[in-house]
Amino acid sequence: MRQIAIYGKGGIGKSTTTQNTVAALAEAGYKCMIVGCDPKADATRLILHKKAQATVMDLARERGSVEELEIEEVLLEGFRGVKCAESGGPEPGVGCAGRGVITAINFLEENGAYEEDLDFVFYDVLGDVVCGGFAMPIREGKAKEIYIVTSGEMMAMYAANNIARGILKYAQSGGVRLGGLICNSRKVDKEFELITEFAKRLGTQMIHFIPRDNQVQRAELRRMTVLEYTPEHPMADEYRALARKIAENKNFVIPTPLSMDELEALLTEFGVLEGEEVGA
Amino acid sequence: MRATIERTQKIIDEVLEVYPERTRKLRAKHIKPNDPTGECGSACQVRSNVKSRPGVMTIRGCAYAGSKGVVWGPVKDVVHLSHGPVGCGQYSWWSRRNYYNGITGIDSFVTMHITSDFQEKDIVFGGDRKLEQICREIKDLFPLAKGITIQSECPVGLIGDDIEAVAKKMTEELGIPVVPVRCEGFRGVSQSLGHHIANDSIRDHVLDRVDLEKSTPYDVALIGDYNIGGDAWATRKILEEMGLRVIAHWTGDGTLRELALTPRAKLNLIHCYRSMNYICRHMEERYGIPWVEYNFFGPTKIYESIRKIASYFDDYIKERAEAVIAKYKPWMDRVIEQYRPRLEGKIVMLYVGGLRPRHVIGAYEDLGMKVIATGYEFGHKDDYQRTYPELEEGTLLYDDATPYELEEFTKRLKPDLVGSGIKEKYAYHKMGVPFRQMHSWDYSGPYHGFDGFPVFARDMDMTVNNPTWKLIRRKER
Repeated sequence: MRQIAIYGKGGIGKSTTTQNTVAALAEAGYKCMIVGCDPKADATRLILHKKAQATVMDLARERGSVEELEIEEVLLEGFRGVKCAESGGPEPGVGCAGRGVITAINFLEENGAYEEDLDFVFYDVLGDVVCGGFAMPIREGKAKEIYIVTSGEMMAMYAANNIARGILKYAQSGGVRLGGLICNSRKVDKEFELITEFAKRLGTQMIHFIPRDNQVQRAELRRMTVLEYTPEHPMADEYRALARKIAENKNFVIPTPLSMDELEALLTEFGVLEGEEVGA
Repeated sequence: MRATIERTQKIIDEVLEVYPERTRKLRAKHIKPNDPTGECGSACQVRSNVKSRPGVMTIRGCAYAGSKGVVWGPVKDVVHLSHGPVGCGQYSWWSRRNYYNGITGIDSFVTMHITSDFQEKDIVFGGDRKLEQICREIKDLFPLAKGITIQSECPVGLIGDDIEAVAKKMTEELGIPVVPVRCEGFRGVSQSLGHHIANDSIRDHVLDRVDLEKSTPYDVALIGDYNIGGDAWATRKILEEMGLRVIAHWTGDGTLRELALTPRAKLNLIHCYRSMNYICRHMEERYGIPWVEYNFFGPTKIYESIRKIASYFDDYIKERAEAVIAKYKPWMDRVIEQYRPRLEGKIVMLYVGGLRPRHVIGAYEDLGMKVIATGYEFGHKDDYQRTYPELEEGTLLYDDATPYELEEFTKRLKPDLVGSGIKEKYAYHKMGVPFRQMHSWDYSGPYHGFDGFPVFARDMDMTVNNPTWKLIRRKER
């Protein structure tokens, strides 16, 4: 069983990418599970065709404690047998969502959600690793591989670089490794070259470049992955390609995060700042 | 450097020798020989009120202990909610034997344990809604409660619950003050910050909210007496016999109304300076009320203090003060006559908190005993400055002492009596050293005032001269 955590800036497309990729892995015959680690609980919507109502923490609140739950209530099955669980958590501004993630993952572990015949477990984690709770999926004994979803936009790259710093900390204590960057294109100038170079500087690879295509949104509106909605569409092939690369990936590294100056120099080099100057 | 100071310094150096270098250097700043003159300079100034060293074990408490356990806990007609997981409230249940008049569960709540008993879901989803519900339940269950305090435990601060907003809403809804106290245990270096936070919360939410129907020139407030074993009652008796009117107890056997009307006092009398100097200073600045420190342990200090307090008033009070001293002196003399021969020359080692490390010295001296070592768990610089002149040159002073240090000093100084807390008690029993628990008077008391001294003398005698100690095999003493 390979456990994989997907990180990246909020809104970059982590959940969409994860679910489409997992759908492709399932299509290829792998047994997969997705654990959503975000209080919004929208990491499994495309697989389950609905927003998961029964999150671990919501049910725990209803019943009084997590001990009152049965695993079947929170571990649902969706497209091609993909198993889905959501940690759930508080509305914004109250309580401790990080603790919710810790509690939920502990519950799943203790109650046998991690069956031996699973091939892949994917953790879809909230945008920023704001506290220890959101680093739970990459602690000792859990995900050993991380993929960071980014685009060529400056803030997405800042976030990716920050996440790489977090990985560095846990790489030393727990053995987690960076498997690569997934570029979810926003059609930024020279985006392919920029992220390829950025990945190189981080000591890793750009494992796949996902072009922008509205077919993804069309499928999402129908609460489906592209693979389910239009399996013959070229975008479905993109996710199949990503899934295959992840399945075959052997390139796992301890990242070498960039300093702020280095990162900004990189952006200048690839024309982001230059372009603005021309525009002005 | 003088010989007595040198001798003590040598003992300190020996005891600290086992520590790693850095720890030794840092701990050395907290352990000094006493210099009552101040001539020895910084070499005899005890460093205090800083973070404890990890690994050496401290005896200190936390901010919650300072607020709930000390300052707020004894206020009897208010329900004090231990807000957070159950342990903090459970282990501080009953507080420190703060006696009170009233019917528990009806109009008084000191010995009750009321907690929001946080569960995992309260951490994840926040505890504010639960807190509202609990406030309403408290109002339903205890209609005579005059207010509610929310004593924050650590997790409440960590998850950022907005207890202030809940308190404000509930104050309006329930018609009684609901006071948020941000005394999360991780704040500060000891319980001391909790005292300060609790003082501030009284200032902000209670003080000056009610008026006194009738004022007299002799109105005083009793501050920093927690009525352990009835201490405040013994104190109040003396003040009333002097002709003073005690309008408020802070906080032993005290009520919310008393706290609120204290700014009407003509003089604030403060016993435990450490835990309540903050509110006295505030009332001095805001209302111009003077405050005076006093000491009601042992007749010498009691007489001194009675005269000091009387000096703030007219001849009427001064005459009555002398009459009080004249009335009780023969009784006190008889107590000394009875116990002094049994205790004369005995030496005492203390390690306590608040006011005791310096305030009880006189009481021991009245019995012919001598304090050879003392120190504060959570004292500040001003506490030590008040302590130096009370003791002989070369007396050992330690701040935030560790169990190892206390044990080693005991072996070297061979005291006849040790006075410290519950955590030290049984270790000393095993060492075969006579011990009194001096935080809550070892289930005895009162120790304050004329009523307290005979009890104090009896307790010290029955401890020091208890034949049981001879039956315990002592390791080379």
